[in-house]
Amino acid sequence: MSWDVIADNIGLYGQGLKLTLLLTIVALGISFFLALLLAVARNARNPFLRLSVAAYTLVFRGTPLLIQLFLIYYGLAQFELLRGSIFWTWLSNPLFCVLLAFILNTTAYTTEIFAGGLRHLPPGEIEAARAYGMTPWTLLRRILLPAMLTRTLSLYGNETIMMLHATSLASTVTLMEVTGVARNITLNYYIQFEPYVTAGAIYLCLTLLLVALFRLAEKRWAAYLQPRR
Amino acid sequence: MLSEYITTVLDAGWITLQLAVAALLLAVVLGLLGALCKLSNNRLLRGLAALYTTLMRGIPDLVLMLLMFYSLPALLNQWIGAAGGDYNVDPSPFFAGFLTLGVIFGAYMTETFRGALLGIPRGQLEAAQAYGLGRGKTFRSIILPQMIRLALPGFTNNWLVLVKATALVSLIGLQDIMFRAKGAAEATAKPFTFYLLAGGFYLSIAVLSMIALAWLGKRYSLGVRESGR
Repeated sequence: MSWDVIADNIGLYGQGLKLTLLLTIVALGISFFLALLLAVARNARNPFLRLSVAAYTLVFRGTPLLIQLFLIYYGLAQFELLRGSIFWTWLSNPLFCVLLAFILNTTAYTTEIFAGGLRHLPPGEIEAARAYGMTPWTLLRRILLPAMLTRTLSLYGNETIMMLHATSLASTVTLMEVTGVARNITLNYYIQFEPYVTAGAIYLCLTLLLVALFRLAEKRWAAYLQPRR
Repeated sequence: MLSEYITTVLDAGWITLQLAVAALLLAVVLGLLGALCKLSNNRLLRGLAALYTTLMRGIPDLVLMLLMFYSLPALLNQWIGAAGGDYNVDPSPFFAGFLTLGVIFGAYMTETFRGALLGIPRGQLEAAQAYGLGRGKTFRSIILPQMIRLALPGFTNNWLVLVKATALVSLIGLQDIMFRAKGAAEATAKPFTFYLLAGGFYLSIAVLSMIALAWLGKRYSLGVRESGR
C-alpha cells in the first residue's frame, strides 16, 4: 500500500475539491433561477411555450450528460462560423463548456421537479389567495413558489446530489476536479488503488453532508407538511 | 464514406443495449435481495443493505466504475501476488461495466422494491395464509403481480437512468455507441454530427422504453380503482 503518495499529494486533492465545489455551486445556483422561470412556463396556458419547455427537458433528460458535454466542448468546433466569432474564446474554454453543459442538464431535471410541484399544489391554497385579492404576481411569489419549494425539497435534494456526482465528468475534458486529480495521480505514480478510493471517500463525505443539510432544511421549512402527532 | 461511419456507429448500439440489459438483470436480482434484507428482522442484514445503498448512492458512477476497473483488480492482484499465486485479474471493459452498473442500479432497485413491498397491504398476506397458500405460491400469485404494479414507475426511471449511464463505460474502453461516435468524430472532423447521432440513439431508446413501460403499467393496473379522480 502506498498511502504516503496520497498524503504527499493531499494539496492536489484540496485544489480538486475546490473546483468540484465551485462547479457544483455555480451550476446549481444558476440553474435554480432558470428552473423557476421554466417551471412556470412549463405549466403555462400558451401551448407553444409549454411544449417548447417540454421538448427541452425531454432532450436533456433523455440523453447522457457525457454526450451533451462532448457536443458542446468538441462538437461546436465543427462550425467555422462559430470558430470565427467572438464567442469562441468562451466556447474553447473547458471550464465554460463544462458549466454550460451542467447548467443546461440540471436545469432540465430541476424544471420538471418544480413544474410537478406546482401542478400538485392543493387548489384550496390558491383559491384562498385569490379570495384575498392577490394579484397573479403576488400569488406566485407569496403562495405558489414557497409552497412548491417546501414540497419539492427532498426531490431537489436528490438533484443536488446528482449534480455533485455529475461534476466528476468534468475530468473527461481535462479539468482537474477530484476525479481528475485521482486520475492524474494514478498515471504519475502507477498506483491504481489508493487515488480512486480517496476520491470516492471525498464524494461520500460531501454527499452525506448534503443529505444532512437537506434534512435540516426540511425540518426548518417543510415541518408543517408532516402529519401531526 | 460518411454513411459507412454512420452504420459502424449505429451497429455499436447493440453493445450498448446488451450492456444495459445485462446490467438490468443483475440490478433486479440485487434489488430483490437488497429489499428483502432491508425488510428482514435480522439486524446484520439490515445494516449490510443500508451500507450497500449508502455507498452506491454516495459515490459518483464514474468513480465507482474506475474503482471497479482499475482499483479492485489492482488490489486483488496484490493479494494474489502476496499469496504466491501467478493469476492476473484483468476484467474486460464489458464485464467491469456490467458489474459496476448492475451493482449501482441494484442499490436504486433496492429502494424501489422496498417501497413496493411495503405498499402491499398486510391483510392480503394474512388472507393468503388463511387460504393455506405456501410461501412460493403466495409470492408468485399475491406479492409479485402487485409488486410489479407498485414498482413500475421507479423501475422505469431506473432503467432510463441506467441506459444513459452505459455511456460512461466508453471511458474505460468499451466499444459502445459512444466510443464509436468519438472515433468517427475524430476521423471525419465532424464531431457535432456524430455525437448528435449517438444522442439521438439514446433519446429514441428512452422514448421507446417510456411508451412500452406505460403500456405495461396500464396492463398491470387493470382492476385497480383510481382514487380521488
